[in-house]
Amino acid sequence: MKKYVLDLKVTSVESLGERYLLLVAINPAGRLPKMFPGQFAQLRIDESKETFLRRPISLHYVDYKKNEVCFLVQKVGKGTASLWEKRPCSTLNAVLPLGSGFTMPTSPQKKVLLVGGGVGIAPLLFMGMELKKMGVRPAFLLGARSKTDLIRLDAYRAQGDVYVTTEDGSEGEMGFVTQHSILQIEKFDCIYVCGPKPMMVAMAYYAKSTGTPCEVSLENMMACGLGACLCCVEDTVDGNVCVCKEGPVFNIDKLKW
Amino acid sequence: MADSRVNIADLDLINPVLTASGTFGYGLEYQDFVDLGQLGGVIVKGTTLHSREGNPYPRMAETAQGMLNCVGLQNKGVDYFCAHIYPQIKDIRTNMIVNVSGNSPDDYAECASRINELDCIPAIELNISCPNVKHGGMAFGTTVEGATSVVKAVREAYRKTLIVKLSPNVTSITDIALAVQDAGADAVSLINTLMGMAIDIEKRKRVLSIGTGGLSGPCIKPVALRMVYQVAHVVQIPVIGIGGISNAKDAVEFLLAGATAIEIGTANFLDPAISVKVVKGIDEYLDKHGFESVKDIIGICE
Ligand SMILES: Cc1cc2nc3c(=O)[nH]c(=O)nc-3n(C[C@H](O)[C@H](O)[C@H](O)COP(=O)(O)OP(=O)(O)OC[C@H]3O[C@@H](n4cnc5c(N)ncnc54)[C@H](O)[C@@H]3O)c2cc1C
Ligand SMILES: Cc1cc2nc3c(=O)[nH]c(=O)nc-3n(C[C@H](O)[C@H](O)[C@H](O)COP(=O)(O)O)c2cc1C
Ligand code: FES
Repeated sequence: MKKYVLDLKVTSVESLGERYLLLVAINPAGRLPKMFPGQFAQLRIDESKETFLRRPISLHYVDYKKNEVCFLVQKVGKGTASLWEKRPCSTLNAVLPLGSGFTMPTSPQKKVLLVGGGVGIAPLLFMGMELKKMGVRPAFLLGARSKTDLIRLDAYRAQGDVYVTTEDGSEGEMGFVTQHSILQIEKFDCIYVCGPKPMMVAMAYYAKSTGTPCEVSLENMMACGLGACLCCVEDTVDGNVCVCKEGPVFNIDKLKW
Repeated sequence: MADSRVNIADLDLINPVLTASGTFGYGLEYQDFVDLGQLGGVIVKGTTLHSREGNPYPRMAETAQGMLNCVGLQNKGVDYFCAHIYPQIKDIRTNMIVNVSGNSPDDYAECASRINELDCIPAIELNISCPNVKHGGMAFGTTVEGATSVVKAVREAYRKTLIVKLSPNVTSITDIALAVQDAGADAVSLINTLMGMAIDIEKRKRVLSIGTGGLSGPCIKPVALRMVYQVAHVVQIPVIGIGGISNAKDAVEFLLAGATAIEIGTANFLDPAISVKVVKGIDEYLDKHGFESVKDIIGICE
């Protein structure tokens, strides 16, 4: 897939609580390239003098009609925090689309579960939208620490059924996503997971124990994002492979978890 | 338009801009952003006689104006390179140069002799910053004897242009450069990364999997520039400047200091199209100041 360096133009910057940011941008120079759920962009951080490298951020969704791409960003450190300085009309320099995305289910009859924790829910919206287009109504299982960390639920509900867990029980079922009752009640044909590593490991374990095909999206630290520097590797059954190029999405059978 | 051609021994470069090993893959990774035919050359990933898994993750840490890496020469070995990668890159219309690493002079020589057979690889760059297993893991490039032993062995096995890449982690870079010249190198390139460390204060642990790593990026440029200047003043062979070059101004500084060509490394990560922008920027500099050839500015800085 051809990759581009684009000077996107920010059209909207919305804070979702204190820790999340929704950044929407258009491509003023032409049509956005075709992109797939699970792929990501390397964003240049212009507003921080302290950061050096780009930051990898998933595609939250792409709207080709509006020629816009959206990112959901959690404030973690200096790079992500400085994205809060963006304003409408700011330039957002992005290298995209990067990596290989989720494997789409083979037929619309499949029962699909999308599991997200924290900001790991970001790529699942795009996935949900594409699934809906092919006639699949996915179930989302979204986990957060507390009610205030559950963001954009309406956007997810527009694509499918949404199940929620919070660690403090302030919304949905109390506990971790892996403890949600839906996993006992329903049998799924495929599972896609993105979130903190312990959560992905636990879901991979669940998928293995039920014999369900499962893909997870990894968040290894990256430098080039292009498969050139070999900094982002994951130790897999095929040896060390680049998460930025061979992933970030991996079938759990490939991982050594 | 000024003439931007330069020569590194028998090698003709359409301009002095190359990309640095380990930062540009096999060139293929950057083809969406760069017309490789517009570059003076591409130095591909470090290649060893046998395949290497490299070091465990984490392999990088961001620093002020730079980064540390401890990739550890992950590659599938020279036979894999010849069989599977070479066919993909042999028709790229620029100088495709292979960076060669090893753990003993024999390893280096054997690897080099396999690459000698490849018609479309006109040169190799020897990375002598690798640990010498027979001598307690001390890098070849840190002693005159170590550097000499590798270059001599490779010189016998390799007939095309031999570039030797120097380590900056030494007391006297000029001593090593002179030794390498005497041992038969056609050119030297410098600098490789500077040894460094990063510590995570929350985990109270060193960030990189093996504790230390090589520092690269704009933060090393002043050190690199000084070393290039010093080496260019003592050796008779061409010098290729490397270290933190991020724009045409940086590149021109290295040329003025005495480099015949330059390599761009870490800057490719920030802007994947930077290499061709530097080519253009050097041209503009030459035209603006009325130089007829890039050769007219090489080493003119007192
Ligand atoms: C393929 C991919 C997709 C991603 N998608 C999103 C997304 O859609 N939304 C989002 O908010 N985040 C996403 N991330 C994570 C995001 O890249 C990191 O949070 C960000 O790079 C941290 O930068 P910083 O400057 O804010 O933090 P820094 O100041 O650099 O670091 C702060 C802390 O965060 C940790 N950290 C740094 N980089 C990463 C990383 N890549 N992954 C995990 N921890 C890290 C550091 O160890 C450090 O402890 C994604 C990461 C990858 C690899
Ligand atoms: C991720 C990474 C991998 C590298 N791998 C190699 C290598 O395999 N062989 C080598 O000789 N130099 C290697 N280098 C060193 C670079 O080629 C270059 O000498 C150094 O990074 C300084 O230049 P820069 O500041 O422009 O990056 C590597 C550098 C980086 C950042
Ligand atoms: S980040 Fe460079 S290879 Fe993945």
